[in-house]
Amino acid sequence: MAVRPATLITAAALDYEAVVRALDTTGIGAVAVFLGLVRDNNKGRKVLHLEYECYEALALRGLDLIVAEAREKWPSVRLAIHHRIGRMAIGEASVAIAAASPHRADAFAASRYAIERIKQIVPIWKHEYFEGGDVWIEGATADPDNAAAREEALRIACA
Amino acid sequence: MRVTVRLFARLRDIAGSGELTREAPAGANVAAVWSSLVAEYPELSAYETSISCAVNADYSRFSAAVAEGDEIAFLPPVSGG
Repeated sequence: MAVRPATLITAAALDYEAVVRALDTTGIGAVAVFLGLVRDNNKGRKVLHLEYECYEALALRGLDLIVAEAREKWPSVRLAIHHRIGRMAIGEASVAIAAASPHRADAFAASRYAIERIKQIVPIWKHEYFEGGDVWIEGATADPDNAAAREEALRIACA
Repeated sequence: MRVTVRLFARLRDIAGSGELTREAPAGANVAAVWSSLVAEYPELSAYETSISCAVNADYSRFSAAVAEGDEIAFLPPVSGG
């Protein structure tokens, strides 16, 4: 039985067991867990810490949309995505994804798909504080209707 | 009519606030709200081709009409994960 929300945005430290507990594992033979961590370097800069902000109402909708998209592609996969916001130190988890499936291939693929889609369409931003300055990281122009971006995420997930 | 404008990340830094209340003429669309913001904060123009927009916390288009009380959000390229 699922005991936690499948999608969550929180300022609290992420608990990777919670993202697994969010999933109903009836009939499940594999769970793939992905954690994204704050890395100590980026593009040659020594990173000191990160601060994440989000547009919460839309970010939650974005995570829910990713869960729905994954269900469309892999009907037997159950996906949970927890994203942290606020200040994070090096080595802390900013995102935790669990994908449960009867078999491992779909679990790995769906978790990869989820992280690629987060980077494409979820309104969350990281502010990098590095030795010597700070910068807002700007990745993809968010557009859930961009079919080419979704195809690209699927291609990477299934590679 | 009055609308609420939400700005995030670098856009918020440029405007100095993440939430603004602005007057928009009747029949205005999201693009018109953005244009008046750029007039107010010229540095925002650098984001002309890379931002997304949302109306009342749902992704929208720049051609969408806005209504009294709407929350219009402008989103620079995202970097979650």
